[in-house]
Amino acid sequence: MTTQGSSGANKPSDPGGESTPAPAKRREPEVPQAAVALPPEGVALAERLPEALAAHEIEVGAAIDEVVCRVTADHLVDVCRQLKDDPAFGFDYLRLLTVVDYVEQDGEFEVVYHLYSMTHRHKMMVKARLPERRPSISTVTGVWRGADWYEREMHDLFGVVFDGHPNLVPLVLPDDFDGFPGRKSYPLNDYEEW
Amino acid sequence: MTENPTPMVTQLPSPEPGTVDMMVNMGPQHPATHGVFRMELRVDGEQVQDLVPHIGYLHRGSEKLCEYELYSQIITLFDRLDYVSNFNNELVIVTAVEKLMDVSPPPRAELIRIIMCEFNRIASHLLFYGTFAIDMGAITPLLYNFRDREKIQALFESVSGARMMHNYFRVGGVKEDVADDFVSRALALCEELERGIDETDRLLTENEIFLERTSGIGVISGEDALDWGLSGPVLRASGVPYDVRVDEPYSRYEELDFGIPVGSAGDCWDRFYVRILEARESVSIIRQAIALMEPGDTMAKIRRIARPPAGEVYAHCENPRGDMGVYIVSDGGERPYRLKVRPPSFCNLQALRDLTVGHYIADAVVILGTLDIVLGEVDR
Repeated sequence: MTTQGSSGANKPSDPGGESTPAPAKRREPEVPQAAVALPPEGVALAERLPEALAAHEIEVGAAIDEVVCRVTADHLVDVCRQLKDDPAFGFDYLRLLTVVDYVEQDGEFEVVYHLYSMTHRHKMMVKARLPERRPSISTVTGVWRGADWYEREMHDLFGVVFDGHPNLVPLVLPDDFDGFPGRKSYPLNDYEEW
Repeated sequence: MTENPTPMVTQLPSPEPGTVDMMVNMGPQHPATHGVFRMELRVDGEQVQDLVPHIGYLHRGSEKLCEYELYSQIITLFDRLDYVSNFNNELVIVTAVEKLMDVSPPPRAELIRIIMCEFNRIASHLLFYGTFAIDMGAITPLLYNFRDREKIQALFESVSGARMMHNYFRVGGVKEDVADDFVSRALALCEELERGIDETDRLLTENEIFLERTSGIGVISGEDALDWGLSGPVLRASGVPYDVRVDEPYSRYEELDFGIPVGSAGDCWDRFYVRILEARESVSIIRQAIALMEPGDTMAKIRRIARPPAGEVYAHCENPRGDMGVYIVSDGGERPYRLKVRPPSFCNLQALRDLTVGHYIADAVVILGTLDIVLGEVDR
């Protein structure tokens, strides 16, 4: 599956155009963005975050109805621990941990943590970027034990190393599987049967 | 002279006191593991000292596959995740895409979805009661439960054309309206299901053997349950009143009046009984939803091939097994850039070791039964 934006390889070439100058680059159609509409508790959370996490150079944004907090990989565990332990946030529930492959665009992986607070009933995403060359980040199993299998799965599929994980062995893939099938660079069809 | 002959029978050195732990393998073909799940047990006599779960035998790479399919095609892949509650799975993906596109289906379609999902919840719980009883050696409840589940599937067939793998929900509505006799059939079925649930309740809940096998077994506190990321009936049995239908209402659940059964002890019996009560609530939800139904469209006016804007969305719904969610990263194309499922059974299964260590092997089967895993969704 190629994702070249405007490859005209399959289009019939214009007749009699041996040496026509290259056509002016067609402008890419504008991609509409999803509208952001934070609920009231999300707005309150987004206002409090920069102050509370001032020590960690964070960047607060939003995605549709969720607050998004970008942190550097080094600060991630500290931020997570503070978000869990600080009673003002109380994020005691790790909903989802996942990795998104942005290697084609930026040469980076993004680790995404979806958090929820049972006491305050608010939610947020925490994101950290990792370089393609050595994607490694500290484990959050010490903060939420439920991160255990998520991290093992992401290690299987994307090759992201979660430093300090107690047991980072293959979970969903066979022990001797070669490659990281979650990545965009891993072909969907053309690979040898295991 | 001959020396003393050596005795024919020598005295063996006396064995050291104590016992040696034994490794026992269960699965992936063991019937009590409810699918291709394998666990290694280290046992001292019959007592489980350690447990190592192994999953992945059914890993198909569904999430990667979704990145190569149109949004409408992904719905069929979601059917195959948790293959005993298909409608609930479909609701997760269509809710997520609708949230991303900011469209809402017509009110009638929303109610049809709720009715289907709640029927599916009952069907899934009926399967749980039966298989759970079989895990403990009681064969009878399964026969009754399958009889009732069959009726639900017959209704599903009349609506979607399939008993499982329905592919009935669409982004922006449902495939087609229900038949004219649907309401009368559904209401009649509600009564039969109520009787069926009561029957299971009478057969199992207060049964002395059942109580011996389940109460006080596999206890998990609410705090630990949250730490492990448990959800659904497993979490509520530990006393945490978390239900997505109430905490982050989706579809038209806000208009409906229903209770969230919550346990107190967090043991196997609580996890079973919470599901009995939940099924009764589902019957009540179906009746309310049917009462709200009015004639009208069942499909919003949107593009045939959904093309959501660029952005990220996380949407989740309360499945019979817990909080099932989906995280979609869209780059504005017809296919998602990245799609990740939050699988409730996967999270619930993580806690198995903590729940089981210290109990007997026979209890390990019971504890696994109460987690009610579906491997199609654990492995994806």
